[in-house]
Amino acid sequence: MNEAEIRAGVIEVLLTIAPEVEADELVAGQSLRDQVDLDSMDWLHVIVGLHERFGVDIPETDYARLATLDDIVAYLAARVR
Amino acid sequence: MIEFRLPSLGSDMDQGKLVEWRIRPGQAVRKGDVVAVVDTSKAAVDVEIWADGTVHRLLAEIGQTLPVGSVMATLLAPGESAPDECAAMPAQPPPVVPAPASAVAVAVATVVAAVPATRAAAPASGATRPRVTPAARRRAAERGVALDGLPGSGPDGAVTLADVERALPRPGVAPAPAVSTAATTATTATPAGRAVEMRRAIAAAMTRSKREIPHYQLAESVPMRAALDWMREANATRPVTERLLPAVLLLKAVALAAREVPEVNGRFIDGGFQPAPAVHVGVAISLRTGGLVAPALHDVADKPLDLLMRELGDLVRRARTGSLRSSEMSDPTITVTNLGDQGVEAVFGVIYPPQVALVGFGRVTERAWVEGGQVTVMPVLTASLAADHRVSDGHRGALFLARLREWLQQPQRLQGSPHERS
Repeated sequence: MNEAEIRAGVIEVLLTIAPEVEADELVAGQSLRDQVDLDSMDWLHVIVGLHERFGVDIPETDYARLATLDDIVAYLAARVR
Repeated sequence: MIEFRLPSLGSDMDQGKLVEWRIRPGQAVRKGDVVAVVDTSKAAVDVEIWADGTVHRLLAEIGQTLPVGSVMATLLAPGESAPDECAAMPAQPPPVVPAPASAVAVAVATVVAAVPATRAAAPASGATRPRVTPAARRRAAERGVALDGLPGSGPDGAVTLADVERALPRPGVAPAPAVSTAATTATTATPAGRAVEMRRAIAAAMTRSKREIPHYQLAESVPMRAALDWMREANATRPVTERLLPAVLLLKAVALAAREVPEVNGRFIDGGFQPAPAVHVGVAISLRTGGLVAPALHDVADKPLDLLMRELGDLVRRARTGSLRSSEMSDPTITVTNLGDQGVEAVFGVIYPPQVALVGFGRVTERAWVEGGQVTVMPVLTASLAADHRVSDGHRGALFLARLREWLQQPQRLQGSPHERS
């Protein structure tokens, strides 16, 4: 799976939680939670969605490393085969 | 014969539009089964039946707007056999008329046709007596509003809660014209219309709260190190699908504290407080399109955290996709609002009537904290209580917050059901 495919998958997961998001308007290097209204339950559902999609179990201690869309894609790319 | 009536959908909802029947005549139903889907300004609500029986006749028509309390269907009680249809009913089933207003008339006519012939001389349409929703009737009685001649904006001219609210005298303000809501029943079809309807429903409930409930407000700083450490440790060994959120600890602690201080748990109805035996916590859930709902998580004090977490996730998902159950809309005995994710430190809540208390949580912030003569850094949460002075005083409210704080210092005791604990 290449990076573009991972990015598309992440956005797909995000859209199931926050259907109002315009994917084209997301700034990939900016904090996701500043751009999208995600409370802690939504965020947990994003993490669960990424787990189902990519088979990667993200521990809570890594949440802080997943601030932006770029961060999430890089994190997954290092763990998805 | 059991008359199944549209149940209460919360204090600010006094009508709903029938979208779908999930039952057919002749079908056996059990208490708690979803029998119909009704659209309200807040959500599509799955209407549950409150009795066992066999469906006899469906009276409400799809597309019809029904006031809370109106008869939707008749059921035969277990063991009861169908009445002799030929004697009591017209030979033909009543014609199905597409227009909602006519459909109400059909339903009324069907009921009238079923009464014994000796009463046939009574006006057939029932038009001389104004149709009034139960919530509107109660409110009118409370405030001494005459129902005669009050214009009704509900289906078939029924007087709704909103009509009574409009008729209430307001100091220094001329009575509002009664025609402004002629469009209320027609606007819910579009998302924008639903947003307008929801804002109106929230405004009605909060106006009633501010007018009727003498609130008092208390707040307490709750040290959260024990709870957050416990949760971090628990989550470290759990797969992502079974992780807990702090919100679920807070809900459980509220429920256990409410059980110990019962004056905050229940409803104020007909001039008196009715304490509730179970703690059904209304969870304020903001909707992505704006507005909020606060459906109930049932029996929170008795459930282990894992179950509560699953139910909370499910409730949030269903609230946002608009499929809540009627019992969830009407059952809350106390409400919790958690605005910490939005970044505020404290909440000054407004009680959702007829409940008598609302608990608010802000954000967990790190603060300098003095403990045993030493200054340490402590994660601190501000918990607040808005409570009803008609039912309790600050002393009891303070005790509730103290108990809440105490429960949150013992997270391992929040985990199981109280029966498992020893």
